[in-house]
Amino acid sequence: MSLPILSLCTFVPLLGALAILLMPKAENARWIALGTTGIVFALSLVMWSQFDNANPGFQLVEKMNWLGGGISYHMGVDGISMLFVVLTAGLMPFCILASWETIETRVAEYMIAFLVLETMMIGVFCALDLVLFYVLFEAGLIPMFLIIGVWGGKRRVYASFKFFLYTFIGSVLMLLAIMSMYWFTGTTDIVALLDNPNFPPQMQTWLWLAFFASFAVKMPMWPVHTWLPDAHVEAPTAGSVILAGILLKMGGYGFLRFSLPMFPVATEMFAPLVFSMSIIAIIYTSLVALAQEDMKKLIAYSSVAHMGFVTMGIFTLNHQGVEGGIFQMLSHGVVSGALFLCVGVVYDRIHTREIAAYGGLVNRMPLYAACFMVFTMANVGLPGTSGFIGEFLTMLGAYVHNSWIAIFAATGVILSAAYALFLYRRIIFGALVKPSLKTIQDLTPREVILLAPLVIITIGLGIYPKPVFDVTTPAVAKLINDNKAALALHHAPKVAIVQKEAAQ
Amino acid sequence: MNLCADLMTMLPELILAVGAMALLLAGAIGGEKTAPLISWGAILLLLAAGVASVMGQDATAFHNAFVSDGFSRFAKLLILGGAALSILLAEEYFARLNLSRFELPVLMVIASLGMMLMVSSSSFLALYMGLELQSLALYVLASFNRDNLRSTEAGLKYFVLGALSSGMLLYGISLIYGFTGSIEFNAIASVTTADGAGLGVIFGIVFLIAGLAFKVSAVPFHMWTPDVYEGAPTPVTAYFATAAKVAALCLFLRAILTPFPDLIHQWRQIIIFISVLSMALGAIAAIGQTNIKRLMAYSSIGHMGYALLGLAAGTTLGVRGVLIYLAVYVATNIGVFACIQAMRRGGKAVEDISDLSGLARTDLKLAVLFAMLFLSLAGLPPLAGFVGKFYIFLAAIQAGLIWPSVIGVLASTIGLVYYLRLTAIMFFNEPAPALDKGRAFGSTAIMLVSGAVTLVLLVAPSPLINAADAAARSLFP
Repeated sequence: MSLPILSLCTFVPLLGALAILLMPKAENARWIALGTTGIVFALSLVMWSQFDNANPGFQLVEKMNWLGGGISYHMGVDGISMLFVVLTAGLMPFCILASWETIETRVAEYMIAFLVLETMMIGVFCALDLVLFYVLFEAGLIPMFLIIGVWGGKRRVYASFKFFLYTFIGSVLMLLAIMSMYWFTGTTDIVALLDNPNFPPQMQTWLWLAFFASFAVKMPMWPVHTWLPDAHVEAPTAGSVILAGILLKMGGYGFLRFSLPMFPVATEMFAPLVFSMSIIAIIYTSLVALAQEDMKKLIAYSSVAHMGFVTMGIFTLNHQGVEGGIFQMLSHGVVSGALFLCVGVVYDRIHTREIAAYGGLVNRMPLYAACFMVFTMANVGLPGTSGFIGEFLTMLGAYVHNSWIAIFAATGVILSAAYALFLYRRIIFGALVKPSLKTIQDLTPREVILLAPLVIITIGLGIYPKPVFDVTTPAVAKLINDNKAALALHHAPKVAIVQKEAAQ
Repeated sequence: MNLCADLMTMLPELILAVGAMALLLAGAIGGEKTAPLISWGAILLLLAAGVASVMGQDATAFHNAFVSDGFSRFAKLLILGGAALSILLAEEYFARLNLSRFELPVLMVIASLGMMLMVSSSSFLALYMGLELQSLALYVLASFNRDNLRSTEAGLKYFVLGALSSGMLLYGISLIYGFTGSIEFNAIASVTTADGAGLGVIFGIVFLIAGLAFKVSAVPFHMWTPDVYEGAPTPVTAYFATAAKVAALCLFLRAILTPFPDLIHQWRQIIIFISVLSMALGAIAAIGQTNIKRLMAYSSIGHMGYALLGLAAGTTLGVRGVLIYLAVYVATNIGVFACIQAMRRGGKAVEDISDLSGLARTDLKLAVLFAMLFLSLAGLPPLAGFVGKFYIFLAAIQAGLIWPSVIGVLASTIGLVYYLRLTAIMFFNEPAPALDKGRAFGSTAIMLVSGAVTLVLLVAPSPLINAADAAARSLFP
């Protein structure tokens, strides 16, 4: 047995939090947090290097006795979850850096909250036991609640409550579903449940709905998306980055890990519902984004629209759609995180997020304008950026499934170009007439370090996405084949009966 | 029947009974200044009784009126633990008020004795005796701060309503006796199995449940709880919320499950009804509270609702769930009350929620602990409260109680609102004037232990689960 790399990735941040607890001076806290997240990122890259792309099953598995009776501490990653671990570990140092100077009060507590949150997020993607998954999924709410509520903006209390309660009410239903699955199969082990997903169709329907309640809120899908704009607007910059970059991905990950493979019949049955909700999300929230006055709110609504592409892609259940959905999540994790960092950059200078307060920034901040442009274009889905690959593939998948879905979704692409370019024009272009902007400075070295790697990743993945697909393809193929097999089994008896009747 | 063997079976109770008398004598001779000494003596007594309980063997005594089994031992340990820690808190509390009286620990020991008899009783007469011994001591304890209007009121209210509920209980017992011809649990079980249920027995069960529901403060018999919790001195409230609740609920389990296993479909509907109502009312009514002890009263009403859901399951798993729930509940609640007792400003106890405003800035450690305990009560993972709720719902789902469980988790979401609100007040608001620093050794220790249990229980829950499992099995022959 080699190094338990997944447990290390998951729990090293807790050690960092403990270290900060012992040395709670602000300066110490910053460096410890940065060091810890750096180590975790390095560990996650080691994990990637140990990952065998050709193997569609779970790897780097660790298993220990926990609650007993079929509920164990079981960790492992496959092609679907592995990159999310890397994404989480990779975004965290950026969050710490983004908070370096902007967080001045209660720094130690802030860093502890972030490190605890990192543990929970990485754990969610590694967990191979439903109860373990649930515990980590929920436990992440507490640090995020504090991050929004303590270090957030004016309406932070409202936003933090809304965030917490929305997510919680969805997940408690999932908990009951997990319990009935436990009594039906005698285990909550995800691997065992994936290998043998034979819940009766009636039961699948209820279980699917319960899981859907949780993941749809987390995703967030229309119409339960309203917590997201509030949470984004009030959260500090790094909080928004994590929210958009990682927390939203848990919903999509949940669909891929549980809903699709474990409840194939219900998934087939409810797919039209998901498509309708996705299309409404894409079109409606894009229109809403167009009307926003607040930069963060605009990006938040655009996130909802982009997540609409993800759900649409995932539920097509073909290679293009599912892989596109995964890619879109990874790409959106980087791009929306970067966009929030960009907003944070000007917010730190002018202390407003109102779009109308800006204009003509290109004159004094050319570097910033260039970075912001890359991310805006990626958000639009311009070819050559990572945003394009995901959007294109999900629409391709949707077109194969049902061309009308793709046609409606395509209008969302146009709308996303409209709101993103509109935002960019109002902030960056035009004459620099506002007196408050006359002395604004371009990116500091810290901010360059912050944004440059994200620019490289955005363009790099847009041009050469193969590393991602190498990882995801085998696992996605297995997912789709298993799903097809399960559906064939479900439909088979009926077909046989019909054939028999026809023969008679 | 060997008297000596019978007495040995109830050795823990005898230790408490004789010890309480001795302490009373010592106090009467030594006067008020011996109060701290007597407190420590009482704690030692409780510890001795705990050791004796652990070493006890499975046995019955006094013609099956008294039983010592795994279930009763588990409950006794919780009761003794809650009682000992409450005495520790009380010592500190009354010393600060210059109100130290040796009667308090003695009364608590006597009440604990009653509770131990309750959880060990296997006939209705023994049950009633234990219950009354406990109740009479508790009435006095509630009004112990006798110059305080609210404390006196609490005691009086508790007494009047408690007497009413005892009356209902007795009436129910008499009906059951009349229609089954026995007061002994196992004998009743065999009669009801043979004959099915007569209407008289069902009536008796209804009154029995009403009386017991009163003792565990389940809706709709909960009205006394907020007033008593608010009025009683804080450590006494802690005692009500921990030991007394454990005893009443364990009694409830045994008095329903052992004599009436075959009438489950009759009593289950009632239990589900009061359970669901308690969860909902506890959650909703707590939102509007401004006094933290009153809030804890509603919180405890809600918690009893969850525990009763385990009883409604009516299975070994259900009982296991209740026992795990109670253990977690005691560990968390005693910590919360230690924190509440630490809420003092300028030497005076404050109890308003607004006094906690911005506590994170003035006293971060207390705020973190408080928040952790509250969120544990809310049942959020990864804190201990989740373990309790998890096993309750696991049992309820297994028993097919899907809709009560759905209502339960929705109520827990509503309940989360006020726990979160407390957290938000402590962490998000502007600070109120700082609370007094400086805490005595006892409450600091309680806080640390309670906080540690809350934090790490989920990492290694197996000892608790196995113990509860063994205890639950012993209730089902």
